Amino acid sequence: MIESVGVVKSFGPRTILRGIDLKVEDGETLVIIGGSGCGKSTFLKCVIGLHSPDSGKLTVDGLEVSKLKTDEEIADYRRRFGYLFQEGALFDSMTVAENITFGLRYLTKEAPANYRKIATDCLALVGLKDIEDFKPSELSGGMKKRVALARAIAAKPKYILYDEPTTGLDPIMSDVINDLILDLQKKLKVTSIVVTHDMKSAYKVASRIAMFYEGRAIQVGTPDEIKGTKDAHVRQFIEGLSVGPIKMKLKEFDVDESHETAAPAAGQESR
Amino acid sequence: MITPVLEGIGSGVLGASEETGHFVFLIRSTFQWMFRGKIEWRQTLIQMARIGVESLPVTAMTSFFTGMVLALQTGASSKHFFNVPLFVGTVVSFSIVMELGPVMTAIVVAGRAGAAIAAELGTMKVTEQIDALYTLGTDPVRYLVIPRLLAFLVVLPLLTVISDFTGIVGGLFVARVKYDIPTTVYWHDIIDNMEIRHFVHGFLKTFIFAFVVSMVSSYKGVTTRGGAEGVGKSTTAAVVMSMVLVLVLDYFATAMLNALGIT
Repeated sequence: MIESVGVVKSFGPRTILRGIDLKVEDGETLVIIGGSGCGKSTFLKCVIGLHSPDSGKLTVDGLEVSKLKTDEEIADYRRRFGYLFQEGALFDSMTVAENITFGLRYLTKEAPANYRKIATDCLALVGLKDIEDFKPSELSGGMKKRVALARAIAAKPKYILYDEPTTGLDPIMSDVINDLILDLQKKLKVTSIVVTHDMKSAYKVASRIAMFYEGRAIQVGTPDEIKGTKDAHVRQFIEGLSVGPIKMKLKEFDVDESHETAAPAAGQESR
Repeated sequence: MITPVLEGIGSGVLGASEETGHFVFLIRSTFQWMFRGKIEWRQTLIQMARIGVESLPVTAMTSFFTGMVLALQTGASSKHFFNVPLFVGTVVSFSIVMELGPVMTAIVVAGRAGAAIAAELGTMKVTEQIDALYTLGTDPVRYLVIPRLLAFLVVLPLLTVISDFTGIVGGLFVARVKYDIPTTVYWHDIIDNMEIRHFVHGFLKTFIFAFVVSMVSSYKGVTTRGGAEGVGKSTTAAVVMSMVLVLVLDYFATAMLNALGIT
């Protein structure tokens, strides 16, 4: 179980998370929705330990990420997670098989002799085959996403974190990814957190949906509860209206959002 | 009127301090991982091959022509004063082995391999590949920075030795063709006057340059922000900062080695 109590995170003068209270039960898929810059990706990176919360408590299976000290503790923590990055973040210099099995060396005790079979099995789980020796540059956007998903599940994680899994894909490929998320949920019995703007995707894959606004989770509920909400902020977002309580100032979008998406400089904060 | 100026100075000082702090933090982190013995040997070998292969032709050619021009100038000057080209081998070899070989090689490698490192790591940063390394259980300092540092520490001294040799051969070429100095005279000029400590003087500096160029290039790469434009800026900054630091540190290294009697 993942539990966040009053998690606050700032980058310089800019506070991104202003006290996130959220619980993710084992086996469920929690979808986080919200506008750009509301802290969705930052929260995901706090969960996996790429960012440390400034205050509040974030625990995973009772372990508090900011209190992990040794390499073994950190590896044990990271082993629980698979992370699908928005653009896939595949390593350009490696083949598909090398990408998929990269984490096994650091996160598991799996013998290297088994790596090839694991890569093939993981590719099969995401509906791909015979591309083990391809380089990422030879793949389409949808295939890259699926290979990245294969990499995320290679070490058999308990939790999968998806950062905008359908962004940049055509509607059909988006639905393929949604089906994959559901399929992996059934086959691997994982707990998932999905960050997305795509409401069609959110309704399809979510057990529950959490709406983030200005660094807080303003509503959490089942897809039906969210659809029927009376909250004006949530209504405006799910209906995609430009008029409403959420003020989209053009200036806000001009601000460099790298704080939300970029990890700190090597060795500074990330563990 | 004066407030914006003071604000500008203050923010500049703060920015520079912050950057220096992050750089020192990266160096500390690098040494911590190295002392824990967690070294990616395969990556180190790949980087050694890459840096060596990329840089060898250009460093050899640069030093060959440097040796040629040194011989040309020395011969012309000594002919002007003494009517014969004297000590061409001595001047070329001392200049190349103690100063020009290490400095020119470091600068050329900074422009070639240092830029490649900053661009590669910068691209990895903006495409979240560095974040991916964290999530897959390793640390970018361990996987990316240390192999490049070790590769530089091995390859730059080797390139410098090759560069010294090609520079001296370049000088010999001009001495033979332009001034008709016999090959044996040229080599005797070198052997009679040069001692092992002169070579050591130049050779030791290469380790300082290797450390600076690799760390600056890696630092600029892993702190890249802002997409393709950011990668370009980081690459340029890495090369410029490396070159300036090589020249500045060359002075201090020379002063220190002279004080230690390695001169």
